[in-house]
Amino acid sequence: MPGRTSSRRGWNEIVRTLTYAEAIREAHALLLASDPRVFVVGQGVWSPWYVGSSMQGLDVEFGRDRIMDSPVSENAVTGLAVGAALAGLRPIVVHPRMDFMLLAVDPIVNQAANWSYMFNGALGVPVVVRAIVNRGGEQAAQHSQSLQAVFAHVPGLKVVMPATPRDAKGLLIDAVYDGNPVVYIDDRWLYGESGEVPEGLYRVPIGTGRRLRTGTDVTVVATSIMVPRALDAAERLNRAGISVEVIDLRSVKPWDRDLVFSSVRKTGRLVVADAAWEGFGTAAEILAAAATEVLDALQAPPRRVCLPDTPAPMSRHQERAYYPTAESIAAAVQATTTTTRGARSGALPADA
Amino acid sequence: MIPSVPFVEGLYASMLRIRRVEECIADLVERGEVLCPCHLCIGQEAIPAGICAALRRDDYVWGGHRSHGHYLAKGGDLTGLLAEILGKPSGCSGGRGGSMHLFAPEVGILGTVPLVAATIPLAVGAALATRRLKTDRVSVSFFGDGATEEGHYHESVNLAALWKLPVVFVCENNLYASHLSLSERRAAEAIVDTARALGVPGDQVDGNDVLAVHTAAVQAVAHARAVGPVFLECRTFRWRGHVGPAEDLDVGVRRRADLAGWMANDPIARAGAWLQAAGMDAGRLAAIERDAREEVRAALARAKAAPDARPEDAGAHVFAARVE
Repeated sequence: MPGRTSSRRGWNEIVRTLTYAEAIREAHALLLASDPRVFVVGQGVWSPWYVGSSMQGLDVEFGRDRIMDSPVSENAVTGLAVGAALAGLRPIVVHPRMDFMLLAVDPIVNQAANWSYMFNGALGVPVVVRAIVNRGGEQAAQHSQSLQAVFAHVPGLKVVMPATPRDAKGLLIDAVYDGNPVVYIDDRWLYGESGEVPEGLYRVPIGTGRRLRTGTDVTVVATSIMVPRALDAAERLNRAGISVEVIDLRSVKPWDRDLVFSSVRKTGRLVVADAAWEGFGTAAEILAAAATEVLDALQAPPRRVCLPDTPAPMSRHQERAYYPTAESIAAAVQATTTTTRGARSGALPADA
Repeated sequence: MIPSVPFVEGLYASMLRIRRVEECIADLVERGEVLCPCHLCIGQEAIPAGICAALRRDDYVWGGHRSHGHYLAKGGDLTGLLAEILGKPSGCSGGRGGSMHLFAPEVGILGTVPLVAATIPLAVGAALATRRLKTDRVSVSFFGDGATEEGHYHESVNLAALWKLPVVFVCENNLYASHLSLSERRAAEAIVDTARALGVPGDQVDGNDVLAVHTAAVQAVAHARAVGPVFLECRTFRWRGHVGPAEDLDVGVRRRADLAGWMANDPIARAGAWLQAAGMDAGRLAAIERDAREEVRAALARAKAAPDARPEDAGAHVFAARVE
């Protein structure tokens, strides 16, 4: 995969600029080239119509017996990947729309997630379940869902959501070698985002977040598509005199409690931005943990920037209002700076 | 080809051992020493015994909630099975699974689980792995007639057919899914036709005739190893209820009426009659019986003597260790 620019950083690290989709493709290619146990199976993996450019030409490069486009059988195809993992392979099973992955909940939640525990840790399930969030464009309720909280709720599953090209590559590689089922969620809205990506097989450790911007007034923890929006909001707020620290969560489960809590102890304010439903969600979990672990540090009630508790609407006019933006995050940040704990009366800014 | 007496004796002993083990488990449940749900295959022993005798040690076997017979016939350790059902850390699954979760990777059992039809796609995936890893193992998927009503059964048979994977699908058709009879659940009676419709060859076999099951299994396994998937529908009947030691208390009048006929068609008695007709004396059959009972008695004593699970260990192994 030719990078558009490259530079040498440090004595041995070559860094190029790739898009998010190119970085995912490169991770697949390196894994397939370096480990004969790795294979990919799923509906549409030969077709950019399904998987964008994230797997472009891999079937030609590695053969269609290792890049297996599949019948319309989410449940059995995912079960096949679980069985292949138990028998010594390193499958990546692709669900080009996460909504359809719900047809495969039995092999993911009942089987893969429980296997290690049920059999006393004697046999893990080294399967990566790659879920693509593909929404917007008036695709409506069943072509829009981002279900990270559903899977993060289940013991035995790990869930990652890369936001940058560097992490999209490094987290996929780490997921394949984790030894446990990992739900890897990438978002088509990020496919065109560019960023620096090292060459070679490097790993971004599951369970670690990353501080993308240092600030002193408010901590914003963001997932996936909300990360660039949080950075955008932080830039705008900086001009208004509010210093925002932005943490890319990267890994929803396990999540980097140390990084988040140390930031909150410094700033005293917390906003979590996650483009999924607010109730019982990823943001709810982080707020609950913050209330338990760092309540003393919180100078204002923490806030969430999430989707409303409705299915995704179809009409572009309603879609535009449905998905949170940089403005939504900025409003939530400002709200935390104008309220304090125990003094919530008075006019609060509208919630995002 | 007429099978040899020692070979049939081996099948007979395998079936008898399964039955005596399951009677022991039934006693443990009745005495309240075991709480976990135990689904007994008493009456169906010819199928695990006949099929597994056609397999190599490294072939895979996948099962479900009713898999004591599969585990034992494939060579799983008896003490490990009883310890598992007693919830002991020395059990075959570390006491984490109980009767419905059996594990014996040393003989190709990577896990049996009670979600109906769940291991059918896993068996297909293991078959894909054997092919990709350039071994010639086959993957045998045992399931009941009820499992063929699940969508992923049909999806899995199609995947195996499409990719020509070395899978033997074995339907243990005992004519009841829990409390409902076959005719109350499907309009078309022959389950084998569901596989044929997807391009997988198959046969119906008398599941209470261990020699018929074994003969069919030998051909099926050879076909799977060399060509691709194959399907066997083995007709049989379970003597006990869907779960637990009681005799069909949870099912209707028709099953009760049918049971006597099926008990007269006992696969173990049939094999015993074959052996006697072939000249085996009653003393030898009695010795097999004695050996089975003694083995079960000793295994149960060892299983019971092992330490119980400790509450503080309940949180371990949610995740497996990283393996590069």
